[in-house]
Amino acid sequence: MKTFGRLLRAFGLFWWDFLVGDTPELALATAALVGLAFLLAGNRVVAAILLPLVAAGFLLASTYRGRKRAPGR
Amino acid sequence: MHTSSTLVLVIAVFGASLVEMVEALTIVVAAGVSRGWRSAFLGAGAAALVLGVLVGALGVPLVRYVPIDTLRVVVGALLLVLGLGWLRKAILRSSGHKAQHDEDEIYAETVAELDEDEGVPRRGYDGVGFAVAFKGVFLEGTEVVLIVISLGAAQHRLGLAAVAAAAALVLVAIVGLIVARQLSEVPENTIKTVVGVMLCSFGLFWTGEGAGVAWPGEDLFIPVLVAYFAVVYFAFAAFMRTRLPAPLPEEAAA
Repeated sequence: MKTFGRLLRAFGLFWWDFLVGDTPELALATAALVGLAFLLAGNRVVAAILLPLVAAGFLLASTYRGRKRAPGR
Repeated sequence: MHTSSTLVLVIAVFGASLVEMVEALTIVVAAGVSRGWRSAFLGAGAAALVLGVLVGALGVPLVRYVPIDTLRVVVGALLLVLGLGWLRKAILRSSGHKAQHDEDEIYAETVAELDEDEGVPRRGYDGVGFAVAFKGVFLEGTEVVLIVISLGAAQHRLGLAAVAAAAALVLVAIVGLIVARQLSEVPENTIKTVVGVMLCSFGLFWTGEGAGVAWPGEDLFIPVLVAYFAVVYFAFAAFMRTRLPAPLPEEAAA
């Protein structure tokens, strides 16, 4: 039972690290995009414009967060 | 299914498989040179077998039993997470905020680590060589398996996606055998950028489709998204380079 628990934990940790890792904001972005897609399902034009824009916004925010910084900057 | 989306599917799977397999080859060659080729090949072969079983065991039931809209939302979300991550790394690398992926460096590091253990048998079976090769192929291959299953299942083209991945695997294996070393000349950073653009495009498209969004032009909207994310990549990379330049090494060390 203990071994099974350990294996299950290792399996969960592997997937957490693989999909979330050090960029949790991208997992959050994906969840937000899925939610937004359901909200905008009835409006194809708004969805076609807004979903790509929101994806790009999250990407820019995550890239900004991941930049190298000089000390004090 | 339009030819354009089929083409994008093949390019995305082939490109993703190519870069991941080049990375796996680097580790297998390092294990072969340091610990003996027999164990390295056995490890790589065993990992490839496990990955093949995973595609069959997970992919086929997904295509047959999961409702297509649910599948597309899940697959779209998975591709978005992977694609946004790849594109983020590509922008950071292109603007100097992250080191370029360097196979020569990875090869040298792996060989140095494996050579630390003196008196290694270069012939016969070696457990460390097997484990390193297995781990390298399995970890790099997991991402390929996810992309093959996701793109293949969402478009009901699992066979085509698997063939595209297998073609990349065979190509890398043949070239690797001919030159008998890691393939540092493959423009991995560029290929990863292209694949990142495609994964984001497919991810957003399938997420929308599964949620009930009727994209203008249906499948023809995929190339539009590909062009859009390519522009986003170039614009963000230029923005980061000019407006937020990476600090010089001495600045960062201060």
